[in-house]
Amino acid sequence: MITETHSTLTKSIAPVLSFTVLVLVWELTVRFSGWDTNVLPGPYKVLVSMIELITTGSLFKHTVASLFRVTWGFYLAAIFGIPLGIILGRSQLASILLNPIIHFLRPISPLAWIPLAMLWFGIGDQPAVFLIFLSSFFPIVVATTVAVRSINPTYFYVAANFNFSRKEVIQKIVIPAIIPDIITALRLTVTIAWIVVVAAEMIAVQSGLGYLILDSRNGLRLDYVMDGMIVIGLIGLYLDYIMRRLGRIESASWGIGQA
Amino acid sequence: MGHIQTENLCREFVNHRKKKDEDGKFLPDEKVSVLEDINIEVEDGEMVCLLGPSGCGKSTLLRIIAGFDKQTSGSILIDGKEITGPSSDNIFVFQHSGLLPWMTVWQNVELGLRNMEEVEEKRVEIQEYIEMVELDGFEDHYPHQLSGGMQRRAELARALAVNPDILIMDEPFSGLDFLTHMKMREEVVNMHQFLGKTILIVTHDIDDALIMGDRVVVFSKRPSQVKMNRKLDFPHPRIVFNKQTELSQLRDELFLMLGVSYAV
Repeated sequence: MITETHSTLTKSIAPVLSFTVLVLVWELTVRFSGWDTNVLPGPYKVLVSMIELITTGSLFKHTVASLFRVTWGFYLAAIFGIPLGIILGRSQLASILLNPIIHFLRPISPLAWIPLAMLWFGIGDQPAVFLIFLSSFFPIVVATTVAVRSINPTYFYVAANFNFSRKEVIQKIVIPAIIPDIITALRLTVTIAWIVVVAAEMIAVQSGLGYLILDSRNGLRLDYVMDGMIVIGLIGLYLDYIMRRLGRIESASWGIGQA
Repeated sequence: MGHIQTENLCREFVNHRKKKDEDGKFLPDEKVSVLEDINIEVEDGEMVCLLGPSGCGKSTLLRIIAGFDKQTSGSILIDGKEITGPSSDNIFVFQHSGLLPWMTVWQNVELGLRNMEEVEEKRVEIQEYIEMVELDGFEDHYPHQLSGGMQRRAELARALAVNPDILIMDEPFSGLDFLTHMKMREEVVNMHQFLGKTILIVTHDIDDALIMGDRVVVFSKRPSQVKMNRKLDFPHPRIVFNKQTELSQLRDELFLMLGVSYAV
């Protein structure tokens, strides 16, 4: 944990500085490597092409398409994954019955499902959403199960002592107790969802940032490829920021270290 | 109401660590006896301090009384009835904070009163208990925003708000700094004189037991038996030992009993 405290000014300038250095290193590499700018486009060329993509509206269109799929897949995974994780964490029987299946399916890469997904759902948003769901669902289930199992037993004694009903135990103990761990899990999972959406879009659909990257590669426009990568990175940065904000909710801040 | 009686109370644990005999065969699980034939009676409204070496089963006894654990044999009656499970008549105050960290002080104190229908009445009552432990102004603070002593007081308020017959405190002052410890001790004594509830306190501190207890019960090493069960008929405040020779002698005796020969 970082214990030093810096002023907000330093905190907002520091990232700008590190990005400036990154761009500088990039530019220098382009100049001195001797590579063709078609193979390694420099920052300026990428910026120009980015503006081009923005003005034609295609960047916006692709970004929205990807965001749409990630959001759906991710929400569905959370909506089904968190309750299932709670059940597995609380019920011995459910965990004996279902855990082997979950751990059997978990290591199978979502990309291995692509052929099946295309056959089942055809071409379009659905197979991509399905793949993102698969990629996020298992990590969320496992993280929730672990979170429920590691709740301090004292809290359950308190619940028994104050005559909590089963419903109250879930509402007032289990759910609030796992929120900090869930936020961390979602923060990690959303990254996986982005990795998968790009891969899925390279195969199953005709839109999205993954499609933009693949299509540009086929046209040998590496500057467009880099535009796609930059947008994905920026969105990832922003999503992580939102997730960290969630951790600052006062009733959840007892269990979350800032990272 | 708050009379407790144990008869030949025993508690054994099974040691699941497998041991092998000389031929390398696994021996059957070993049983460890923690409490052996405990016979104590706690009168209604009495404050009883339980002393004993670490690991002797004092906390186990408290957990059985709270309904969190069950005895292996023997019986334990509260107001003449067998314990069937945890109940808000016997509130347990945990060694490390038992406050729910995702709830404010107010919400924690509300736990025991959450089924009250009269909203205004409930509000007044919660406020009353928060003021009793001098936490007014901290109602909307979360436990991690409070000091250790304030956390204990908040938990005490939560326990008292249910109006239990028995308060069960497992080393309630451990981890507090010296002055906070003294102050909390004083507050518990005052609270006991004011409310007259039955209170069971497990402690390592002989002075706590002598200053607070109406009775002190000393346990032996495991398997625990009652080594001493003495009523302390001394008026409060009992601060200066050397002016109360009898208490001072008893103090030396207790130190010796717990294995310290030259107590300060």
